[in-house]
Amino acid sequence: MASVGSHENYYVPEQTKLPFFASIGLVFMVYGLGAALNDMKAAESATASTWISLFGFTLLSFIIFQWFSTVIRENHAGMNSDQLKRSYVWGMAWFIFSEVMFFAAFFGALYYVRNFAVPWLGGEGDKGISGDMLWPQFAAVWPVIENPNDALFTNPHEALNVHEWSIAFFAKFLPFWNTLILITSSVTVHFAHTALKAENRKGLIQWLAVTVALGVIFLFLQAFEYIEAYGHYGLTLDSGIYGSTFFLLTGFHGFHVTLGTFILAVMLVRAIKGHFKPDDHFGFEAASWYWHFVDVVWVGLFIFVYLI
Amino acid sequence: MLPKAKLWLALTIAALTTMLSTSLQAAWDLNMPQGVTQISRETYDLHMQILWWCVAIGVVVFGVMLWSIINHRKSKGAVPATFHESTKVEIVWTVIPFVILILMAIPATRVLTEAYDASESELDIQITGYQWRWEYRYLRDDMNEEEVSFFSNMSTSREEINNQLPKQETYLLDVDNPLVIPINKKVRFLLTSNDVIHAWWVPDFAVKKDAIPGFINEMWTIVEEPGVYRGQCAELCGIDHGFMPIVVHALPQDEYDAWYAGQQEQAAATRAAANNTITMDAALAQGEEIYNRTCVACHQAGGTGLAPAFPALAGSSVVTGDLTENLQLVLNGVPGTAMAAYNRMLNPVELASVVTYIRNSFGNSTGDLVQPADVNALLQEAQ
Amino acid sequence: MSAAHDDHHHGPAKGISRWLFTTNHKDIGSLYLWFSFAMFLLGGTFAMVIRAELFQPGLQLVDPNFFNQMTTMHGLIMVFGAVMPAFVGLANWMIPMMIGAPDMALPRMNNWSFWILPFAFAMLSSTLLMESGAPNFGWTFYAPLSTTYAPSSVTFFIFAVHIMGASSIMGAINIIATVLNMRAPGMTLMKMPLFVWTWLITAYLLIAVMPVLAGAVTMMLFDIHFGTSFFNAAGGGDPVLFQHVFWFFGHPEVYIMILPAFGVVSAIIPTFARKRLFGYDSMVYATASIAFLSFIVWAHHMFTVGMPIAGELFFMYATMLIAVPTGVKVFNWVATMFRGSMTFETPMLFAIAFVVLFTMGGFTGLMLAITPADFQYHDTYFVVAHFHYVLVPGAVFSIMAAAYYWLPKWTGYMYDERLGKLHFWLSFIGVNVLFFPQHFLGLAGMPRRIPDYALQFADFNWISSIGGFLFGASQLILLFVVIKCIKGGKKATAQVWEGAQGLEWTVASPAPYHTFATPPDPKLIHDQ
Ligand code: HEA
Ligand code: HEA
Ligand code: HEC
Ligand code: CUA
Ligand SMILES: [Cu+2]
Repeated sequence: MASVGSHENYYVPEQTKLPFFASIGLVFMVYGLGAALNDMKAAESATASTWISLFGFTLLSFIIFQWFSTVIRENHAGMNSDQLKRSYVWGMAWFIFSEVMFFAAFFGALYYVRNFAVPWLGGEGDKGISGDMLWPQFAAVWPVIENPNDALFTNPHEALNVHEWSIAFFAKFLPFWNTLILITSSVTVHFAHTALKAENRKGLIQWLAVTVALGVIFLFLQAFEYIEAYGHYGLTLDSGIYGSTFFLLTGFHGFHVTLGTFILAVMLVRAIKGHFKPDDHFGFEAASWYWHFVDVVWVGLFIFVYLI
Repeated sequence: MLPKAKLWLALTIAALTTMLSTSLQAAWDLNMPQGVTQISRETYDLHMQILWWCVAIGVVVFGVMLWSIINHRKSKGAVPATFHESTKVEIVWTVIPFVILILMAIPATRVLTEAYDASESELDIQITGYQWRWEYRYLRDDMNEEEVSFFSNMSTSREEINNQLPKQETYLLDVDNPLVIPINKKVRFLLTSNDVIHAWWVPDFAVKKDAIPGFINEMWTIVEEPGVYRGQCAELCGIDHGFMPIVVHALPQDEYDAWYAGQQEQAAATRAAANNTITMDAALAQGEEIYNRTCVACHQAGGTGLAPAFPALAGSSVVTGDLTENLQLVLNGVPGTAMAAYNRMLNPVELASVVTYIRNSFGNSTGDLVQPADVNALLQEAQ
Repeated sequence: MSAAHDDHHHGPAKGISRWLFTTNHKDIGSLYLWFSFAMFLLGGTFAMVIRAELFQPGLQLVDPNFFNQMTTMHGLIMVFGAVMPAFVGLANWMIPMMIGAPDMALPRMNNWSFWILPFAFAMLSSTLLMESGAPNFGWTFYAPLSTTYAPSSVTFFIFAVHIMGASSIMGAINIIATVLNMRAPGMTLMKMPLFVWTWLITAYLLIAVMPVLAGAVTMMLFDIHFGTSFFNAAGGGDPVLFQHVFWFFGHPEVYIMILPAFGVVSAIIPTFARKRLFGYDSMVYATASIAFLSFIVWAHHMFTVGMPIAGELFFMYATMLIAVPTGVKVFNWVATMFRGSMTFETPMLFAIAFVVLFTMGGFTGLMLAITPADFQYHDTYFVVAHFHYVLVPGAVFSIMAAAYYWLPKWTGYMYDERLGKLHFWLSFIGVNVLFFPQHFLGLAGMPRRIPDYALQFADFNWISSIGGFLFGASQLILLFVVIKCIKGGKKATAQVWEGAQGLEWTVASPAPYHTFATPPDPKLIHDQ
């Protein structure tokens, strides 16, 4: 593998227009988004900036589509040596590590508010004097249902986490079912992989389709839960720290599931087109790694956001 | 003259003026002040101890290096040696610094533990940071109640800052109402903020802590010598971060007691004045004075404001519109903007006067005369 | 054999498209280096505004709000625009050549990593022209000054940070993939030049902490625009939470700016001492230890926020520990010079100045680590002096050393040694006149980030500003030397420096557009 020959074959692509225009797309997208947010905050109409952002997004998406198509074409044309494929493997692995750290920041924030900030504001612990003097009526309980200042941050009526440890409760507890769904989907994507390696294309397509379906169901349930949260529980982004951490963590996770489902759907299309070979299917493998990662994050979420 | 020669001349003059400038003995201060508390002296000693360790290590390391540079140069015919590792010396130069660090950590831990012990205080003062002033509240035993409280603003004039007047010796380090504390008493400060993070720092006490909105930080000091001590806000807090000094008067107990009694009387008088009625002339006169002291920085002379950040008051719909709305705005500020709530910073008489003033100046002519009682009513309502 | 194989033998494309669409590591390296230099001039110009305003007491040139914008933009641009891209540029140029690889592992992504940056910084700098003004809350952008009380341009600042973070992460992934996957046969990990090692570890740090920075600005974005209360006690959050998240990124960030510098210096000193680097193995382990420790010391920037005492002690001890592996490095450099056969060309002068002045910055760092003493130093010019000593005669000097060291390899010509030495001496004097007095200012009590100061600080500020102008003006010499060297001069040999060792010195100068399309002879790879 790491022979002298493989070095000779390392494919250094010719000039490419893709990244430069991707940068343009990216900067239009974020600039427009920023301008739109500012307009909305200033209570002005954000039409122009929204269009700028959409233009950037479209350009970026188009380029990324081209980019992946090019890579796939090159691979099919046999330009990619084993060594180059290993570069993709390393690339994906370290990308997932960066995602882990992104979520770590939010989990860290949750840990901090639960163990330090909220107790201090509630008059407990090392800096409990803060609560005693400044927030005498605030009591430290998690989830925070009554905010230190509920004129600025309206209280939610109820929390969305586990209330009692009984079968009856869990049977009606959406996040519990979502956990089952995602864990199952991790298993099904693994079956798809096994089928792929066994050159069982039908199995691959079926299991992959099941995985995508599970992803969609998960998203559907999650959307349902958000509607419940906003409508019935009064749990919103601006309902204090519990809503803040809840929506940031589950929201970014949901965003990643959306992306993962989309990627798996693309893989499904590619599987149907017969792109993958038992010994050459890193696109699929990368997608499945990503999916496993998204699942692991959910398990963490389920434990730290919903259970304890 | 050659540019280079000019530069050297300039540098020489710079060095000389530094050495000769006696007008301010502080110009000679190259080092941390020793201060006037036990903690500040211990901190100074700690600082010097670490500094000398570093100097010693530096002398050894740079000494060896300089010696090599002088002696082992190719131009002197030096032939390179071939050694390139030695586990023995590497262990030595790992262990020795480690031991030195332990020797540094021991006194550091001791001083820190002392500095963190705020228990058994004899006087509690709550300090609140505002953009850009400090509020001092002398707490009674039951903590939350205060009798004496006041704001402390920088009193250096804008003319001095803008180089229109000569600068006084205490340029930027003077306030209208200094904090007053008794000497040889353990004074505990309970520090918080009303808006952004500030930091309260008096070098001579070796006390520096962040004032964090929504939280209380504790710190303490026992000042041993009477005197005037100065410090500054030490955390970037916005435009006027450089202009929120701290001045502390440390007084012997009897003088402190006298000062405190005076403050109590004044507080009572202010409370009483809130029930008086004021005349239009008096309100306009006092209002103008307050406007020029408090509001002019943003809303500018003549109420022109400073677009786009600071709205003009001349012809403003608020100032010429509903009186209660105008009052509420000045009392409570506009959250999230530079417009602060003045309900604590000014007393009812002052609030009444300044609002009367802005409503009848800069071409505004509502004719409204606000009475302290009106302000009081709104304040009560808010509670 | 693929068709693509032939591409290796093509030269660069003509015209502007060469630079916009290139996938060549050398071109991309040059782009990074030029971009970084441009940002250095821009950030330096802001610093000149700061120094000019602080030349005398009183407000002369700018209003306090603009001053704060200058401080903020100066810090941001120097850190993210000048120093980091410069090191990535060096990595792009040198790592493939040092490990005998044909290019970076992911050449297209390499182009993307670069081209995001000019756009990100254009967006960031454009805030200076906005009605609200540029960010004015310091490069550390503490909440709530950067959220509730921020100018509206903060939104663009947030997105600029997001996309330059994406650029850094992609760049770092590329470097890791290159180092782990593209080494020539025979180039074992423990035979890699130290510059490659330090970059491998730096890239790891980048991937670990840039996403955390993204998390921090994301929480800010939500607090500003979507009503969350992460940094607001009224809703159960805490402004100090911001600082924890920021410094979890921020402290490793400062090592991201110094580890590659260690690598550069570890390449230059052996060359000009004509002696093998002393203690290669321990250099590698020390770098790894510094990286590990950098994750558990972040709160030494927050000693005054009122952490519980156990936290203060933990972070003090952990921070002090970093002196041990850093000391190992300093001692190894000195031991490499010891009984060598030294000459003092410009790169060596910068490297020696690096060792001395960085160590002085390290010493003041250690002083800052002593918690009770930090209560006095914190947020004063003592801190400013500390970090400029490690960053300017530290990181920046190492970048300049690297530029002089490798310029002949890049351009094929020798630079003008006389001008190089002049640049060095003026910079060396300038930087010390600029930053040494700031120690005194800090100890005497001058807070940082103020546009105007009390009278007792006047003299040292005056001196410091003079030094600043001298140092700044000297950098024009560097620009001149580089352009002159590109235009021509004495032809450089392949080895360039008598004592130079390593694969990059086995290829011609200037290095051919594609190097090591076939791996180098394993016999050329020597022990470290
Ligand atoms: C390249 C960047 C860089 C580097 C390498 C360092 C290195 C170090 N820094 Fe620095 N630091 C910054 C950049 C850097 N720093 C910046 C930018 C800030 C300010 C951020 C802001 O607020 O804006 C800062 C601020 C900062 C603070 C916060 C100060 C405050 O705000 O109050 C502290 C406190 O502990 C600190 C400590 C250290 C230490 C202990 C090291 C150590 O790594 C140093 C180790 C080196 C040595 C000690 C010298 C060599 C060793 C020997 C010769 C061995 C023997 C020595 C002994 C036993 C003493 N730094
Ligand atoms: C790698 C990072 C880096 C670098 C290289 C520098 C370089 C310099 N820094 Fe910077 N600095 C920071 C990182 C850096 N700084 C950071 C992180 C902060 C904290 C910000 C904050 O508080 O938020 C800071 C803050 C800071 C302050 C404190 C501001 C304050 O607290 O209000 C000061 C004040 O003197 C200063 C000065 C300088 C100077 C004079 C240089 C010089 O070395 C610059 C020299 C370069 C040039 C001048 C450009 C080249 C020359 C030309 C363009 C020709 C024109 C020349 C002339 C007109 C003379 N810096
Ligand atoms: C630090 C700056 C600052 C200071 C000092 C200040 N203001 Fe303001 N003021 C503002 C800003 C900013 C606004 C605009 C708030 C907004 O966006 O609605 C404002 C708005 C107002 C308005 C409403 C004007 C309008 O047309 O919307 C009044 C009335 C006012 N201030 C009165 C005062 C008075 C009286 C004082 C002094 C006691 C004062 N202000 C001090 C910054 C300041
Ligand atoms: Cu208040 Cu700085
Ligand atoms: Cu640090």
